[in-house]
Amino acid sequence: MLLTTLEYVPGKTINKHLGLVQGSTVRAKHAGKDIMAGIKNIFGGELKAYTELLQESREEAIERMKEQAQATGANAILNIRFSTSSITQGAAEIYTYGTAVILE
Amino acid sequence: MEAYLEIIIFFVLLTLGYVFGQSLEKNHYRSIIKRESQLRSIPVIASKILPEEFLPCQTEMVSGNVVISVDYFKKFVAGLRSIVGGRMASYESLIDRARREAILRMQQEAKRLNADYVFNIKMETSSISKGSQNSIGSVEVLAYGTAIIIEKDAVKQTPPKVSISGNDAAAINFRTT
Repeated sequence: MLLTTLEYVPGKTINKHLGLVQGSTVRAKHAGKDIMAGIKNIFGGELKAYTELLQESREEAIERMKEQAQATGANAILNIRFSTSSITQGAAEIYTYGTAVILE
Repeated sequence: MEAYLEIIIFFVLLTLGYVFGQSLEKNHYRSIIKRESQLRSIPVIASKILPEEFLPCQTEMVSGNVVISVDYFKKFVAGLRSIVGGRMASYESLIDRARREAILRMQQEAKRLNADYVFNIKMETSSISKGSQNSIGSVEVLAYGTAIIIEKDAVKQTPPKVSISGNDAAAINFRTT
C-alpha cells in the first residue's frame, strides 16, 4: 500500500479512482501521565507523553484507513490529510482521509 | 493568613515558570538552530508538482509531531496581554518552536529513508486542551509531507547536468576545428 500526500504518483498512471477512505481514533492517556503533564505546565517544555499518544493514535488512524482501502481493492492512497481535535481534557481525536486508487 | 499563602504560592510558581521556562526555551532554540543547519541538505518544498528531472523516483510519506506545553509565566503574561489586546509575544515563540521542531522531526525521518527532498508539506496545529480554566495548556503541531527518493542508478545513467543544445554543440565543434 502506497501512501502519499501528493495528488498523483510520479511516473505512474491511475487506472481507477475508488473514492474517499478514512480512519479515525479517539484516545486518552491515563491519569498519572495527565498529572505529570500538569506539573510540566508550570515549567514549560515538551510533553513527551502527549507526543507519544498522538503519534500512536495517528498510526492507528492510518492503519484503519489502510484496512478500508484494502477492502475496496486499492493499492495506493493519494492526497492524504490529517486533522486533530480535542474532545475532553487529555483525549484527542485523530482523523485521517485520502483518495483510494488503483495504480497500474 | 491564607491570602498570604496564596500570594506566596503564586509568586513561587511565577518564578519557577520564568526561570525554567526561559532556560528551556533558550536550550530548545539552540538545539533547533543546530539541527536545522545539519538537515539543510534535505529541502522541504511546499509545491505539489515534481520537476521532470526527478523521475524515476520513490515516494514515501513522512511526518513529525510535537506537543509543547506553556509555562506558568507565559500563561500569566498572556493573561495580562488579553486585557489590553495586541501581539502575544510569549505565545508566538512557543508556536514557532513547535512548528520548527515538527518540521525537523519530519526531516529526520526523511533522512533515515535517504530521501533527497520533501514535497507538498502540510502543517496542522491544534491545542490539546481548550475551554476549562485549570486545563493543561499545550500546542500540538504535526508536519507531514512526501519524501522523494531519487533513484541513484538512474541519476548515474543520465548525462551530466550541463546541457548543450544543437547550435551550441556546432559552435564548439567550429571552434575546436
